[in-house]
Amino acid sequence: MVDFEVVSLPDADHVAEGDTAPDFTRPLVTDEYWEDVSLSELTDEGPVLLVFHPMDGAFPATYVWNEIRDRNWGTTTEDGDLTVVGLSISDPYSHKRLIEERGMDYRLFSDPQNGVAEEYGVVHDLDGMAGVSEPRPAVFLLDEDRTVEYAWVAAEWPDFPDYDEVEAAIAER
Amino acid sequence: MSATDDPPITFYRLQACPFCERVTRKLREYDLDYRSRFVEPMHSDRNVVKRLSGKRTVPAIVDENTGVTMSESANIVDYLDNTYGDGARTDGGQRAEAERDGGAN
Repeated sequence: MVDFEVVSLPDADHVAEGDTAPDFTRPLVTDEYWEDVSLSELTDEGPVLLVFHPMDGAFPATYVWNEIRDRNWGTTTEDGDLTVVGLSISDPYSHKRLIEERGMDYRLFSDPQNGVAEEYGVVHDLDGMAGVSEPRPAVFLLDEDRTVEYAWVAAEWPDFPDYDEVEAAIAER
Repeated sequence: MSATDDPPITFYRLQACPFCERVTRKLREYDLDYRSRFVEPMHSDRNVVKRLSGKRTVPAIVDENTGVTMSESANIVDYLDNTYGDGARTDGGQRAEAERDGGAN
């Protein structure tokens, strides 16, 4: 295996299992349009897997959504009424392109000012991009009351979710 | 939020499009509850609007109060005046199309 340096991220005081995930409203982008939607509107319909990812165009965003798409999270009958939804600091136009390019059946929240990551305690200030911060890669599985059933937050950069572990948490529901 | 809480008017718009802003001003003037759905500048990327109104132009509105779906800002402004304005007409009359909207791209 190629030896490469991963940077450890400092401990984050993030939303954890058992907590109520903060509600928020942001433009939610589909393959056709975007409109303001709140997280609670989604959880009212059933459990939600909220996926924070690096900005669209960075390779981790591509990898994460390829993997989720190929695993068909939230689109099979076993997952019931689970909604899988993403969030990054990218603008809605970029989100539409990512959805098209990845051929993915998922919607993405757009949060250019990174306020949601602040609420969730997962802010990542990007070294070498002055003034730009985005969420750490993070995954939260929420029930209908926005109670966090499973949480994973990156401790390194780059870092990816343990997809099997997330899948197990979804299956446990 | 259940479907019954959804605003009755859905407004399909393009960011910074003056014709759309004109409709925005009118919706706000009458203090109407609406939701905005933003589409892309490229006409070919506006299938959602085409499915609703038969045309790819914005602005377009869908008004669940009356069952009306409509595009072209002059028509929409007239419709809003006639339906929600002070002298709301009951015949739902619309004046002839007075301008061409949303021609860019």
